[in-house]
Amino acid sequence: MLFNFFSRLGAPLTNVLIKLGFACRFLIAIVRHSGSCLLRPQLTMREIWFAGVLSVLIISVSGLFVGMVLALQGYDTLQRFGASSSLGILVALSLVRELGPVVAALLFASRAGSAITAEIGLMKTTEQLSAMEMMAVNPIARVVAPRFWGGVISMPLLAAIFSAMGIFGGYLVGVHLLGLDDGSFWSQMQGAVDFRLDVMNGIIKSVFFGFAVSLIAVFEGYDAPPTAEGVSRATTRTVVTSSLVILALDFILTAFMFRGV
Amino acid sequence: MKRGMIDFWVGLFAAAGIAALLFLALQVSSSSSLPATSSYELSADFENIGGLKPRAPIKSAGVVVGRVSSISFDNERYVAKVEMAIDSRYHFSKDSSAEILTSGLLGEQYIGITPGADEKNLVNGDRFKVTSSAIVLEQLISRFLFSQGDKANNSEQ
Repeated sequence: MLFNFFSRLGAPLTNVLIKLGFACRFLIAIVRHSGSCLLRPQLTMREIWFAGVLSVLIISVSGLFVGMVLALQGYDTLQRFGASSSLGILVALSLVRELGPVVAALLFASRAGSAITAEIGLMKTTEQLSAMEMMAVNPIARVVAPRFWGGVISMPLLAAIFSAMGIFGGYLVGVHLLGLDDGSFWSQMQGAVDFRLDVMNGIIKSVFFGFAVSLIAVFEGYDAPPTAEGVSRATTRTVVTSSLVILALDFILTAFMFRGV
Repeated sequence: MKRGMIDFWVGLFAAAGIAALLFLALQVSSSSSLPATSSYELSADFENIGGLKPRAPIKSAGVVVGRVSSISFDNERYVAKVEMAIDSRYHFSKDSSAEILTSGLLGEQYIGITPGADEKNLVNGDRFKVTSSAIVLEQLISRFLFSQGDKANNSEQ
């Protein structure tokens, strides 16, 4: 009775730990086998095309809209304090520090991460991975590592595009729609945004997110039960887990980077 | 999709990403931290630094000439010791004074340098002789209240 209670309590925890351990082992295997995928970049190029290039449209359109909404909302609040000329600072800092990396990573997880999981999961279900092993082709080197590195390389570029488009959207709304002064919009922004402290930290964040999302996506695909239901569950888990990991990582990184000196 | 097309699109993607980074670097931000080679260190002691923070600007005649690099407490003389990195293009005479000012009523605090008339300039490692502390709002208010109280007492007598 008591033993049953403890074993029922412990089973989910043990499962989580087993999964985490497998993920770590998996990461080490990817890193060990990534030499060949860097030597023959053709496969990685295809994955960058798949994960990065095809996400550019959704990333830039969402960036544009996020920037425009930020400008409208920020203007509404700032003008109460007579500080509407600081709109550029508000838009640029919030995009470069937080929204750019985080929202781009969330979009990337749902657009590219789920697709990677589904692809690898389906390969496993249709026994393509086993067939590769039969032909002495390592599926981690051939299938997993290129997708992982493709995601890692794409993520910072996508985050930079998101931030740039958002600031452009903020500029469109602030200067052309709300009639702020063009010069003070840019010069106040330049005065308040520091390249090393704000822009570089944002890029570093997006590199971390890229690693996390790509690892979760390839891991869930590789770990998926080889059934139709298993693949569908794995795809859902990729989006849910990566979103949670992105937000938690963001808190940790922000606490490190912007504690206020 | 053909291999050449994939390379083309990936190249375009990388170019767009780098262009976005360049836009963020050149149009959106400025690097305020002065490179180590082109600055020299000066220090100043203040009785009270108020809310001054590291990386606060140092201005002379309103122009940013440097940044505060560190703030520490001198336990021998009980004053705050502020180290500043000044751009090596700018020089100040030996009798210049440093004071802690506030931009606007509630703005950030910065150090203002008022140049003196001495012919010799401050060099790396020198200290400002004349400083004036930050104005602390609470002290101002309490001083004002006390002076009002004194006036009231005097008139009663």
